[in-house]
Amino acid sequence: MAQMNMLHAINNALDIAMAEDDSTLCFGEDVGHFGGVFRATSGLQDKYGKVRCFNTPLVEQGIIGFANGLASQGSRPIAEIQFADYIFPAFDQIVNEAAKFRYRSGNEFDVGKLTIRSPYGGGIAGGLYHSQSPEAYFAHTPGLKVVIPRNPYQAKGLLLASIRDDNPVIFFEPKRLYRASVGEVPEEDYQLPLGKAEVVQIGSDITLLAWGAQMEILQKAADLAANDGISCEVIDLRSILPWDVETIVNSVMKTGRLLVSQEAPLTAGFASEIAATIQQECFLHLESPIGRVCGLDTPYPLALEKEYLADHLKIYEAIKRTINY
Amino acid sequence: MSSELYNDGPVVHTPTFIDGTSVEIPELKILKQDGSLYQGCDMPKIDETLAVKVYKTLAFHRVLDERMVSSQRQGRLSFYMAALGEEAASVGGAAGLKPQDMIMTQYREQGVLMFRGFSLEDFMNQMFSNKKDLGKGRQMPIHYGSNELNCMTVSSPLGTQIPQATGYAYGQKMQGLDAVTLCYFGEGAASEGDFHAGLNMAAVQEAPVIFFCRNNGYAISTPSDEQFKGNGIASRGVGYGIKTLRVDGNDILAVIKVMQVARAYALKENAPVLIEAMSYRLGAHSTSDDPSGYRTREEEDKWQANDPILRMKNWMLAQNWWDEAQEKSLFEQLREEVLAAVKVSEKINKPHIDTLITDVYDTPTSQLQAQLEEVKSHVNKYPEAYPFTAGKF
Repeated sequence: MAQMNMLHAINNALDIAMAEDDSTLCFGEDVGHFGGVFRATSGLQDKYGKVRCFNTPLVEQGIIGFANGLASQGSRPIAEIQFADYIFPAFDQIVNEAAKFRYRSGNEFDVGKLTIRSPYGGGIAGGLYHSQSPEAYFAHTPGLKVVIPRNPYQAKGLLLASIRDDNPVIFFEPKRLYRASVGEVPEEDYQLPLGKAEVVQIGSDITLLAWGAQMEILQKAADLAANDGISCEVIDLRSILPWDVETIVNSVMKTGRLLVSQEAPLTAGFASEIAATIQQECFLHLESPIGRVCGLDTPYPLALEKEYLADHLKIYEAIKRTINY
Repeated sequence: MSSELYNDGPVVHTPTFIDGTSVEIPELKILKQDGSLYQGCDMPKIDETLAVKVYKTLAFHRVLDERMVSSQRQGRLSFYMAALGEEAASVGGAAGLKPQDMIMTQYREQGVLMFRGFSLEDFMNQMFSNKKDLGKGRQMPIHYGSNELNCMTVSSPLGTQIPQATGYAYGQKMQGLDAVTLCYFGEGAASEGDFHAGLNMAAVQEAPVIFFCRNNGYAISTPSDEQFKGNGIASRGVGYGIKTLRVDGNDILAVIKVMQVARAYALKENAPVLIEAMSYRLGAHSTSDDPSGYRTREEEDKWQANDPILRMKNWMLAQNWWDEAQEKSLFEQLREEVLAAVKVSEKINKPHIDTLITDVYDTPTSQLQAQLEEVKSHVNKYPEAYPFTAGKF
């Protein structure tokens, strides 16, 4: 075990993936010599050469189109989009191409070896173009997997699983935690399962569900609620698509209450999908309506970021409202 | 269908590659670094009044950048992007146009706004995201914009302004206005798909738009030789059927000249022009960047010797339109003004909490109003957690 921050853990996972398979490539804007603007690919060009880890021209649609071509040919591309806010020029290549490559060809061709890494999320005074959480756009696209880790240990295990998974995966990295989140991470190879949520705290009164950077906020709210004698079951969804209905249902059957929190705006966020499914599965076991604590239905603000965010105090208040319903 | 493509070209009977090397792209230079002019050069229209205004704008730009980078280092400002070494590209661009011309910038062209009269307070209020910011504190520092000054508000996503400029210029043409659109972008952004879309459409729809590429050698850490393999960005204009000029971007007189020529051509012919200005990003990409990780000091020093502001100063001195005493007092005065303005703007309150939901639509929806009310009652409950807005609504 070693102490790693999330960037070290991601870099370590990429190193393992590149070492085990000569057809694994890492590329994107500033990814090569410089090692990426956040340094996630630091040292990889030195170790594996410029043909396997390189800078691309500044064109997101090109990066993902190129990656689709590589993956369809049998290579294993790990493409970086510098910020999730800038993924949209590649939307066509992701939504119409990567997601449908296997389906449209009757499995004659696929891009299952594709992994797209991209830092997402707010809380860094980044304003509307360096803070977005676009997971719901991609969750609406059958054929993709969408994965979001909450800490360095999760990041390494889930990234390795994403790279080796035989489906195109978008791996969103909570950039607020890149250096802030530090923890014990095994130096050797390991994987964590895709499509499986994790119960990180067992409780009995209410289920709290989130993913990525929002997990830290959720835990803070759960701690506040514990002071009031409220026992929270805290779950990290980890995979947005496909998502682990069973783990959430089992928890809600037990607690009778569910609160979902996401950084993204409320309307049509992934929390809405979860709420719809859980009310269907657990209707007679629910003690109160399923709550959502989310960003407002506005672009991500700058000066008023604190007011906008689904912070621990808003979640704490929502826990009390749900319990006292 | 274009019949020319089928009839006019030379015919060969063995496969013959073409690679464009026969096309030479001349670079316009008017002013030497020592302030003297190249012999036989074609001067822009510039008199003493304009020259002094241009020079003072360049000086303001240099001082503002220096002070704001150091304010960021002191932790007073979250972020900044300087245009060190590239000031002539933006200031010269605005100086070669008329005030009614629309300018769409990328994000390193503060000089355009400075030339058009965006005040020191306007700059400060944007950077400190306070309630006086025209953009209502919603964008990161340096994302300026002003409808009154015909400067479109900066958007961070790269290259998106390029096809927009084509559309804007087409609208100007349709309304018969004596106005063009100037669109700035870097050589990195020229890799985006929007660049192709914007230039091709401008040629086809015959829009009076001037595309101005600041080729400063780097897109963050990526050097231009890892960005493209052709002869710069100018060579692409030929492919799109767009009249193209290359200019020394550190030569303020040459930049003003190409802009004056491009404007006249675009208006008269209702056609786009592509300009590639050769320069160098002397500073970091932004205050979040450290260029020592990807380039050498020697390379920077070489370009330091091409300082566009010093070059213009040398010319101004030779013209007897400027002297060292004026120089000293201007820079001293600017430094004091900027420092004083920082102290004022950083203390001004953040925008009102109601601005959380305004401008998402023309009028806030009922759902947004309900969300705002919820936030307000939450802030009232935990005032210490929301110091910018608590007790201020």
